[in-house]
Amino acid sequence: MVVSERRLAIPNNLITGILLAIPAYFAGVWLGTLFGLDDDQNTGVILGYLLATVAFLAGVGFLNYPLERLFGWRVTPIADPVENAGIGRFFRLSLDHKVIGIQYLVTILLMLLFGGIGAMLIRTSLLVPDSTITPAGQYIALIGLHSVMMIFITSAVIVGPFGNYLVPLMIGARRMAFPRLEALSFWVVPPAAVILAAATFWGGFPTGWTGYPPLSEQAGQGMDSYIVGFALIAVALVTSGVNMLATIIGLRAPGMTWTRLPIFVWGIFTTSILGLLAAPVLASALIMLGMDRTLNTTFYVASNGGSNYLWENLFWFFGHPEVYIFILPAFGIIMEIVPHFARKPLWGYRTGVVGLFGVALLSWFVWQHHLFVSGIAPVLRPFYMLSTELISIPTGIIFLVTLGTLWRARVWFTVPMLFCLGFLFNFLIGGISGVYLSDVPTDVTLHGSYFSMAHFHYTIMGGEIFALMAAAYYWLPKMTGKMLSPLLGRIHFWWMFIAFNSTFFPLFIIGLLNMPRRVASYNPDLVGLNRWVTISAYFLFGSMVLFAGNLIYSWFFVSRPALANPWHARSLEWQVPTPVPARNFDRVPVIVGGPYDYGIPNARPVADLGGMVGATGGG
Amino acid sequence: MGMFRIEEADRPHIVRLLIIWVILSAIGIVAVLLINYPPYDQTVQGQDQASTLRLLTVLATPVFIGVVMMTVYSAIYFRRTTTELVDGPPALGNTPVQIAWVAISAILVLFLAVVGIATLSSENVAQAVGQPGRAIGQSGGQTGSATSSSGGPELQVQVIAQQWYFTYRYADYGGVETTHLYLPVDRPVELHVTSLDIIHSFWAYQLGVKADANPGVDNIFHVTPQKTGSFQVRCAELCGLWHGHMADSSGQVVSQSDFDTWIAQQQTDFDTIAKAVPSYAPFYFPEPKLKAG
Repeated sequence: MVVSERRLAIPNNLITGILLAIPAYFAGVWLGTLFGLDDDQNTGVILGYLLATVAFLAGVGFLNYPLERLFGWRVTPIADPVENAGIGRFFRLSLDHKVIGIQYLVTILLMLLFGGIGAMLIRTSLLVPDSTITPAGQYIALIGLHSVMMIFITSAVIVGPFGNYLVPLMIGARRMAFPRLEALSFWVVPPAAVILAAATFWGGFPTGWTGYPPLSEQAGQGMDSYIVGFALIAVALVTSGVNMLATIIGLRAPGMTWTRLPIFVWGIFTTSILGLLAAPVLASALIMLGMDRTLNTTFYVASNGGSNYLWENLFWFFGHPEVYIFILPAFGIIMEIVPHFARKPLWGYRTGVVGLFGVALLSWFVWQHHLFVSGIAPVLRPFYMLSTELISIPTGIIFLVTLGTLWRARVWFTVPMLFCLGFLFNFLIGGISGVYLSDVPTDVTLHGSYFSMAHFHYTIMGGEIFALMAAAYYWLPKMTGKMLSPLLGRIHFWWMFIAFNSTFFPLFIIGLLNMPRRVASYNPDLVGLNRWVTISAYFLFGSMVLFAGNLIYSWFFVSRPALANPWHARSLEWQVPTPVPARNFDRVPVIVGGPYDYGIPNARPVADLGGMVGATGGG
Repeated sequence: MGMFRIEEADRPHIVRLLIIWVILSAIGIVAVLLINYPPYDQTVQGQDQASTLRLLTVLATPVFIGVVMMTVYSAIYFRRTTTELVDGPPALGNTPVQIAWVAISAILVLFLAVVGIATLSSENVAQAVGQPGRAIGQSGGQTGSATSSSGGPELQVQVIAQQWYFTYRYADYGGVETTHLYLPVDRPVELHVTSLDIIHSFWAYQLGVKADANPGVDNIFHVTPQKTGSFQVRCAELCGLWHGHMADSSGQVVSQSDFDTWIAQQQTDFDTIAKAVPSYAPFYFPEPKLKAG
């Protein structure tokens, strides 16, 4: 076979992607109007979003490689990180896991700003017990946008930036197993976010993140944003999951045995299994919903032989593993960071790994606890009650391992350590309140109330986001080359910790006092508590602004670069220089020690890096 | 057994922690016992739910206090005092402690599950959390009274949800429809919850009832009011634009004689309409939409 010298000559970057996406959207709308069965434009809008996404990905450059292979042209070398230096690489398709990590980080922080402003508008509306500040229609649109945007973010906020950046560094690999899949798992996220935000032009969608039909079939064109955006996040979860699993299984450096694997990598490993297996269920449920809305199928229409229970089961079969997709990497972060600042080995490493797998396994058997009062067969309830309560055993193991590591430690109180301790407190409340919801008799009162809303904010924001902050203060010096200000960090922690608890703890009480979730108007007796929560929420937002300020200030305005290993940590990612070389390691390192062997006499350094100079820790 | 050999260095910490834990837990348990738990005691079922809530809180208190205490204690006593970095003792784990932790959490969880299942299978709560919803077509034409599970004259009330209000249909009284729910005290009630359009959830807070209203499904809940007084009804499943306004605070549990007076008045008001509507259907489509069998 003769390889032609011809190659695609078009430039590929973010701009070309956007330029292609816009006409593609209108082409899709036009096609939908031409051939759609309904006259309500749903077909056109869905086709428009899909074509725009495909065109965007093509414009960014995803089609170059397959086309070049297909036609036998010379393959454009976009895989070489050395040729791809400069600020421009962040706006192009890059196959360097470090670039993708930074792209993910910035994208997700921007999305977080959007979701956070949504939360502030929701809380502002609840300053008054009737819907006078925000009309009811705008209020439920806000609920939908805030919730789904936050679900997009939390699905990827740890695996995206930190998983992509750190996993190869932690396992001694020079790249990911499937860099194109990895890049795809990032590049579908910006279209998903834009498509979701585009729902605003249609007045949003009224269903919150659960998208229950028949309401979601009754809804206007904003619902199409939910379907396509969420399906793109499913694509991100699957591609990221395949890539992470293959990388961790296949690309570990010599000597990186399963028992030397940093526990954060185990967190990514287990969450990737869940993402890979759960997201296709979501995608299929969304496709059926899209077909109901455009092709007049009746999968979820009870009066025509379908059932809304089909959606409820499929959605939660995805939805419950999904919440562990959020939290497993957070568990990994806590167990990863605590040993380095306790200056002790991770206490009960294997037990911790068993805990992660226990949570991952049990997460498949609990989904019907969301349906206790929906009219499911009563004979199913004891099983789902038991399986849900059983999850507290492996979750308790995570606490045991962390507390065991802290026992008689020499705790170095850094900002990441503060966030780890804050995580323990918040997630404890989140976990215990989960038991209340798993118990059928109490769930009758608590289901669908602010109690459950407070519960999942304690686990997701108090848990995952606090772990995210720990990770940010801990690893950003390696990723950006700049230390975040520890003084601002300490203020940020205490501010956020107090504001968070002051915001969400009263919501348990509000829920117990008969306030359902997602309501624009509520019992006037609860106005005092709601105002307290709103004011606290403003403070909470303020703490996030402080974090953003600290990040921007230290990243762009501090000239002093971070040390290669500012925490004197033993683990492998800290042994490479800062900034991390393009190919990570001069040669593939040979792993000779564990990442947490602090205080062990004559402990070997974690790896033989072949003459590369790096700081060593421990010993 | 010698398994739990306590190191000399651990002893003062463990003694101190145990003392603090016992004292704080005792205070905490007394404090949470003083709380009046919702959904209070207007119905038999609600009272059972409130006592389950109390039990859970009593059990959760020592667990919460224990973990928070360990975290705070570590932060205070195990913090580095030197300016230089020093490593702690290289403990890799302690199998007996790990087994004990898992065993204790398993016992707690299984205890909760056993209590939960026992409460669930007791007559009252089993009824309060409902019976299987039946899909349309499976039980068409079945009358409400035939679905009554326990003996005695249960009052049949159909709860019909639609955007954005609830209607109540008293099958035993000629299918009279009202916009407020009145229930007689001390008489078991069988609620048949269904919806005309999308999913709603019938939440009568003080009654201890929450039941999803699904189109084409008859979701059956039982409740026995034991105290007179008013109660609130709200929709607890997001149902579109006016979900927040789908509420009614004028539900009443009244004496049997007051109920008889009230229902008679409702029947008089409803008489002309009642002739035009079917007396009772387990689920309720004003215009049947079923296209094919």
